[in-house]
Amino acid sequence: MHESKRFAVLADRPVNRETYVEPWPEAGLIAAGSPADPRPSLRMVGGEVVEMDGRPRAGFDAIDWFIATHGLDLQAAEEAMATPSQDIARMLVDIHVPRRRILRLAGGCTPAKLADIAAHLNTLEMMMGLMKMRIRRTPANQAHVTNWREHPALLAADAAEAAIRGFAEVETTVRVARAAPLNALAILVGTQTGRGGVLTQCAVEEALGLKIAMKGLTSYAETLSVYGTERAFIDGDDTPWSKAFLSSAYASRGVKIRFTSGSGSEALMGHAEGCSMLYLEARCLLVTRGAGSQGVQNGAISCIALPEALPGGVRTVLAENLLASMLGLEVASGNDALASHSDIRKTAKLMLQLVPGTDFIFSGYSAVPKKDNMFGGGNFDSDDLDDIAVIQRDMGVDAGLRPVTEAQALAARRRAAEAVRAVYDGLGFPPIRPEEIEAAVTAHSSEDMPERDMVADLKAADSFLEGETNVVDVVSALNGAGFEDVAENILEMGRQRVAGDYLQPAAIFDRDFKVLSAINDPNDYLGPGTGYQMTTERVAEVSALPQVKSPQEFVQAHVGEPLSSLLELGPARPGSQPEVVVAVGPAFGTDLTRTIGGLDHGDVLAAILTGIAAEGLVARIAKVYRSSDCAYIGYAGSQLSGSGVAIGLQSRGTAVIHRRGLAPLNNLELFPQSPSLTLALYVAIGRNAARYAKGGSPKPVAVPVDNTARLRLIVKTALLHRRETDQVRDRPPVELKFDWEPE
Amino acid sequence: MMNSYPLKDDPEAHLRAASGRPLEDVTLDGPFEIGDLTIRADTLQAQAEVARREGYSQLAENLSRAAELTRVPDALLLRIYTLLRPKRASYTELGDLADRLEQEYQAADNARFIREAAKIYRARGLLRPE
Repeated sequence: MHESKRFAVLADRPVNRETYVEPWPEAGLIAAGSPADPRPSLRMVGGEVVEMDGRPRAGFDAIDWFIATHGLDLQAAEEAMATPSQDIARMLVDIHVPRRRILRLAGGCTPAKLADIAAHLNTLEMMMGLMKMRIRRTPANQAHVTNWREHPALLAADAAEAAIRGFAEVETTVRVARAAPLNALAILVGTQTGRGGVLTQCAVEEALGLKIAMKGLTSYAETLSVYGTERAFIDGDDTPWSKAFLSSAYASRGVKIRFTSGSGSEALMGHAEGCSMLYLEARCLLVTRGAGSQGVQNGAISCIALPEALPGGVRTVLAENLLASMLGLEVASGNDALASHSDIRKTAKLMLQLVPGTDFIFSGYSAVPKKDNMFGGGNFDSDDLDDIAVIQRDMGVDAGLRPVTEAQALAARRRAAEAVRAVYDGLGFPPIRPEEIEAAVTAHSSEDMPERDMVADLKAADSFLEGETNVVDVVSALNGAGFEDVAENILEMGRQRVAGDYLQPAAIFDRDFKVLSAINDPNDYLGPGTGYQMTTERVAEVSALPQVKSPQEFVQAHVGEPLSSLLELGPARPGSQPEVVVAVGPAFGTDLTRTIGGLDHGDVLAAILTGIAAEGLVARIAKVYRSSDCAYIGYAGSQLSGSGVAIGLQSRGTAVIHRRGLAPLNNLELFPQSPSLTLALYVAIGRNAARYAKGGSPKPVAVPVDNTARLRLIVKTALLHRRETDQVRDRPPVELKFDWEPE
Repeated sequence: MMNSYPLKDDPEAHLRAASGRPLEDVTLDGPFEIGDLTIRADTLQAQAEVARREGYSQLAENLSRAAELTRVPDALLLRIYTLLRPKRASYTELGDLADRLEQEYQAADNARFIREAAKIYRARGLLRPE
């Protein structure tokens, strides 16, 4: 229990629902710089490594052997190890040092050396480094598409929408393992309906994943996990050699592969051997490279909550991404698993990858609602898509996403759901009913889907997996059913598989189905004006959110017929009676006829006059032409008022009570919150002004404070003010006649 | 001669599928089979050369091993992967596997890779006891 009410509120905040722990190096609960991390060293004799990071050859474990044999570029090692870590760290942020030079040096660095380089960089410097070292010039993004019911029409619809939203890769997985081939099929058909060239994968057990790939249903795999200690690797039931072999096996079938690693997995498995997360990740990365993987999915991934419990954990996750890019690996930079209860903290972490840009900023953005995300993730999900789109637009940063309209999304979803139905019909799978299509088009989540016989689907999945049916039959089914375009896209994926261009580092297909990789689109950042630049068209695309309005739309609702009850009489003269002058802005009742809160100018005037009359005073109305500024309008009115008291009223509704003799910017009462002003409040303003005119000291009018009004209405405020300012003329105030009778 | 990247856009690459069919012949109009959509060894070798030329030497080696593995049937690939997992195979079994890959499938790089694994596995206790 808290004594302080503020501490009680803080304790309830989302950020305090997470766990924070002191480092405990012995258990591997340390982000970087564990006392057990070795110091960098490398000794070679006759072209062979005889000592690495303080460990002699005789003491090498399997990972050391693999790194020494395959991971290190020995011809660069001598120079790299002799270069102080701080010098390499500085090269990363030095715009005069090209990426290639750092790639060469990093290739000769041992794991401890890599970790030592990262230790010299702060978070911002690492972001600079990542912008420069990302291997593909154009950043991109990957989506997760899954659902709890394993519903094929919904999978296809979601995959199609992910494709038109710009995701370059779409990954699915299963709740029930046997569903794998059908899920892979559904997202293949869905993505290729949305946009030809989206790479797809189905994350399942390795052997099953390979089988599905062999059928031509997937084009990449990133399930190849590696670990930084031998014991963790063995617990994962693999070795560097088995994983390397598997990656060659995938490539032999034309499938792009990416390894997976990340902070915290060794500690979670109880095999960190007292080493820091960053040092162990550096070992993973050299295994990944040594195995010949073109890239890695790293940045803690599913273990993200563990580094986030530790000091410097999020910085270390960024360091992982940077080290991978320094080793020439494609980086799919996490942000997939739930990283925090706090939207603030989660988004702050995302910026470390989103602002510099990575090959895939999310290694799985949940394109479906969290509850349908079968990766147990959904850090950011389909409900957050507009937030990400707005952030792209705000910062002029390319997160690889494209804003789409509801109509575009509905059309793509419908066609994809119908395409997968055609495939199910063609292959003799349990039919997809019309009501399932309809539900998939408009669904938020799988809860909106009708029941489906999962047992029958799983039976079909089993025979599909074991039988001879493959992607060729999928193309035929589509081709004969009015989906020639989808058939052609899937066939083109097949031709691309024959060409193998997408096996090269960081390969994706652009929207013209052209391969884009580190070979033909290498990152050439060398300071401002170089590297990836959003084109004018891309900036326009990112800027044109469906919710964007034209400036004119903001003003239209505030312009009506000029007030017939308001007539100009002639020049306003100074009065001598006890009275209140109501001074209005130059557009009042003419070019603008309603306040920002939507009140008719006639009603507002009537309310003010009612308040004045209630105090037994008369009012005169004057239009001020020389300024649109509220304080000046009130000031000008006070110069005319017999009592010296005037109300200044802008056309948007902002009001002030002024008295002659006060400095122009001073006032008796100011009402800047015009959207909150009601007719009742305008009556009260009139009443108070009259009381001041009679020499009284009324209690100031209480206007409720709405902190979001400015946020919501600032564009409108600016545009209404501009319209009033357009009417400013160099002429003295004019007396107005207002056709109104007090009730 | 070195092919230009992407290979698909290089007419000199004369890309053919595993079936032997030229890539441009595979269209929606004609019948085709899975072999027409399968990559073949020399294409993987050409991609390995592209990777090597661009400085991605480990990827190049992987793609070279992949080129050899195009000749290995699916079921055997899955079996080799299983045998390379910890404590699945004895030293002799891995040696026999390497010999078979070399002799039956001309997969010398893979054979060397498996023999290397066998030695490390023996040193690190990762073999199945004979």
